[in-house]
Amino acid sequence: MAGSLLLLIVLFLLQESWPAFQHVGLSSYFNDSDWYPTEDLYLLTPMLWGTVWATLGSVLLAAPLGILSALFIQYYAPPLLAIIYRRLIELLAGIPSVVFGLWGLVVLVPLIARWHPPGPSLLAGILILFLMILPTITLVAQTSFAQIPVSFLHSATALGLSRWSIIRKVVFPTAKAGIITGIFLGVARALGETMAILMVCGNIVQTPSHLFDPIRTLTANIALEMAYALGNHRSTLFVSGLLLMAMVVLFVMMAESLRHRNLDAATKY
Amino acid sequence: MLPQNTSFQERCSTMMIWFSAGLITLVFLWLLGDLFWHGWAQLSWSFLFSSPQNAGREGGIGPILFSTGLIIGVCMTVALPMGLSTAMFLAEYTQDDHRLGRLIRGSLDVLAGVPSIVFGLFGNALFCQAFGLGFSILSGGLTLACMVLPILIRTLEESFRAIASEQRLSAAALGLSRSTTLGCILLPAAIPGLVMGSILGLGRAMAETAALIFTSGYVDRMPESLMDSGRSLSVHIYDLAMNVAGGNPNAYATALVLVGLLFIINFCASWMAEQWTPLNQLPA
Repeated sequence: MAGSLLLLIVLFLLQESWPAFQHVGLSSYFNDSDWYPTEDLYLLTPMLWGTVWATLGSVLLAAPLGILSALFIQYYAPPLLAIIYRRLIELLAGIPSVVFGLWGLVVLVPLIARWHPPGPSLLAGILILFLMILPTITLVAQTSFAQIPVSFLHSATALGLSRWSIIRKVVFPTAKAGIITGIFLGVARALGETMAILMVCGNIVQTPSHLFDPIRTLTANIALEMAYALGNHRSTLFVSGLLLMAMVVLFVMMAESLRHRNLDAATKY
Repeated sequence: MLPQNTSFQERCSTMMIWFSAGLITLVFLWLLGDLFWHGWAQLSWSFLFSSPQNAGREGGIGPILFSTGLIIGVCMTVALPMGLSTAMFLAEYTQDDHRLGRLIRGSLDVLAGVPSIVFGLFGNALFCQAFGLGFSILSGGLTLACMVLPILIRTLEESFRAIASEQRLSAAALGLSRSTTLGCILLPAAIPGLVMGSILGLGRAMAETAALIFTSGYVDRMPESLMDSGRSLSVHIYDLAMNVAGGNPNAYATALVLVGLLFIINFCASWMAEQWTPLNQLPA
């Protein structure tokens, strides 16, 4: 059932993007002079860079903070505070992306505009994506911390190690696979995110040269132009959908294989 | 709790961790507070039931709530039976190392990660164009059904697997057929999981925007049938914030309604999660 659904999706995307492969060809996506679908110019690289930079930036921010807040829940916070904080993070994991987008548009973008105009920018996108993937990274990392056998921590304590040394020398190496799984899942979410990024990034087709440049991501491109796209243009959008799906699937599969390895490792002791 | 001592490094790391947790809490409280502050002023009973006027700047969200309900209804009526049968197959008819079962589970993991905009593209190509449904509540609901299937199947499968195997063995010892066992013993025992899975799927479907724009469309009238285009709450927020100048107050109010609904849904799900575990255990 599910397998056939997946196959169906891939088949349909391929079928719809086939005309583009035939008439436009892969090379034009990287070699055309610009993105002007009405004049048959289909340069996808600015959007690709937009997606890559926004994802990279948000993950670089969210990974350390996510791990720190997972440590906070597991080892530092008093029990009651840990439960409240975890509930808060879970609540945030459930907030729809369009609400993050609304907040970003109304609060964050004007703030950035006051600091360095124009407001809608790569930076706004990075910050919003950071807030959206932080819960994922925190929750997965915390789960893998919780799976560490208590005997490890007890022996380390008996050896007289301090709290931070235990975290660095025992907790991190043991939970490594779990932490990386969380980061990969975060990357996958950031790559596929559409609405929030569409609302705060400005959507101008250009390769960003610094943080305050407006960008357009692959997902935003699909959402913006699908409504009126016809012929090769429409097929090109399906090609970018296919590309996105390939990237996301790659990260999800890496995350899954790591998670299984982590589980095997944890059950060994 | 790990040991505490007061070396310099130790104090630095402790401070860093408390600081980052505090920072994150502050940002999130800011977000929620902002939403509540701006949304609450607009919220009233008439806002919930009247129709939007002047492109949504004034008036309420009555028809939009109704369309959201219809889309979710279509989604769940399609996804539940399909999810239930797949989960039964996975949990009761395949072993862990069964090749088909592994293939299905693998593709479920992948499906769960596919970006919603890609589901939107797929739904547009299959339901709107190939099936000729156009921009309609039906195609939106069907697209969402494809999206929630992975999460639904996973929860249902877990709940079937959580049933003690003594129940299956006793049923077999009593000479019940496999289908009778499934229908009369395992299904009732899995009902809490069924409810929880559908609540989770409901939450995911309700939060969705990107998959709906090109499948169920933008029309904010009261839909007359399932073939009409209808706007969901999330699409309404997007449209008010991006395309309608001066739509922000009502966008905030709609966002507050949506987050409130999701909060209730999540609360129900975690309440169910606490309730259902004991039900499946056999008395020792």
